[in-house]
Amino acid sequence: MSANTHPQLLVHDKADNVGVVVVEGLTAGTDMLCVCTEDNSDFRLTAKADIPIGHKVALKALTAGDTVIKYGEDIGKMVGPAEIGGHVHTHNLKTKRW
Amino acid sequence: MAFDFTEATVKAWRRENGRVGVRNHVVILPVDDISNAACEAVANNVKGTMAIPHAYGRLQFGEDLDLHFRTIIGTGANPNVAAVVVIGIEPEWTKTVVEGIAKTGKPVEGFWIEQNGDFETIRRASWKAKEFVHWATELQKEDCPLTDLWVSTKCGESDTTTGLSSCPTVGNMYDKLLPHGLYGVFGETSEITGAEHICEKRAANPEAAAKFRKTWQAYTDDVIEQFKTSDLSDSQPTKGNILGGLSTIEEKALGNLEKIGRTSSYIDVLEPAEAPAKGAGLYYMDTSSAAAECVTLMAAAGYVIHTFPTGQGNVVGNPIVPVIKISGNPRTLRTMAEHIDVDVTGVLRRDMTIDQAGDALIEMIKRTANGRFTAAEALGHREFSMTKLYRSA
Repeated sequence: MSANTHPQLLVHDKADNVGVVVVEGLTAGTDMLCVCTEDNSDFRLTAKADIPIGHKVALKALTAGDTVIKYGEDIGKMVGPAEIGGHVHTHNLKTKRW
Repeated sequence: MAFDFTEATVKAWRRENGRVGVRNHVVILPVDDISNAACEAVANNVKGTMAIPHAYGRLQFGEDLDLHFRTIIGTGANPNVAAVVVIGIEPEWTKTVVEGIAKTGKPVEGFWIEQNGDFETIRRASWKAKEFVHWATELQKEDCPLTDLWVSTKCGESDTTTGLSSCPTVGNMYDKLLPHGLYGVFGETSEITGAEHICEKRAANPEAAAKFRKTWQAYTDDVIEQFKTSDLSDSQPTKGNILGGLSTIEEKALGNLEKIGRTSSYIDVLEPAEAPAKGAGLYYMDTSSAAAECVTLMAAAGYVIHTFPTGQGNVVGNPIVPVIKISGNPRTLRTMAEHIDVDVTGVLRRDMTIDQAGDALIEMIKRTANGRFTAAEALGHREFSMTKLYRSA
């Protein structure tokens, strides 16, 4: 792949509702190339915030109570909203365990 | 053409007990904390030796004392160690350590400080250390199968990139090498929490699965329930993990488990620092998730190379075991490249497949076994941290 086809967002599993930013300095409004590592399929999504490398992006609108899926598995529940392309992290996602 | 792992060899030291070592250390080993100064003095007198100071070894009892001896004896017994000078405050526990290490057949001699003082102990131990150095430096390396190595893993300063790149790189290496006779081990009981149901299913047999469940439950009941404040959130995920984008313990655990690949399964569950005894294959060890403590326990169990995926950039090393750092985080490679041995940032760019990353790690394991210093060795990282189960008497 050439530099301009490097993805900005990677998704582990087709069932996931979040992906991971894999570039530094991602800014709001970026039209991201998103790749699902499970089958190398791709799609595009617009980032709604400046999101640091390694942080998660909602692939669909999520609201409080929704289960967040990554690796095809339950990684916790939303405790606040995230719009599609928005930032998902400790401010709106918590473990269900404690 | 696919790399033939069964034919691959490394130049390494075949020890008296048949195990393969990739380093040739002459270690000056304290039985207890108050013998550190004498050990360091001997190591200063005799070049080519290394003292391994540590914080414990007095007034321990029960299971905690057993673990202390297992860790100290296991460190001396590790095949990366050619010979050992043991120094303790008194003769009895010193002899226990010497006798434990001597079972490997390697040269080992003990000295004690009571009724001798530091000066006389250091004088006598220095003579023995010098004799061991002359002997060890003439030992020749020989061709040994790559898969005769024992290779451990534990990740640190994890972030979301470790689950995408560096952890599956280790998993790919295990999937390729374990079927050919490699010994592997993973652990980190607190960090499996969140994916314990998945880890349980990765056991190779019902006995191992039951043993894992019992180990994990005991940790949950005896440690978390007893000492937690509201939850593990102050520590799992760590502050570094959260900066790197990990939000929950489940997310962290799922990334951690990527280190055992797609096809590998563990055949037994080990106590901390317990040597594997059921033949070649993958083991689970009950360890802390703290990097230095975990690597110290795995080294004491006899593992000779450690593979360490990191996202945000953990810098840990070990005195006797080379720790190979693997990272796929481009920011970490930009800001702290001196700590990283295997760059798998290409996985995030989709320029490198996990299969290629696994091959790159195997190549680095070969080079490390052949003598290449890891980043942690070159930078002098020799963290040796004993796991302590409870207060001393």
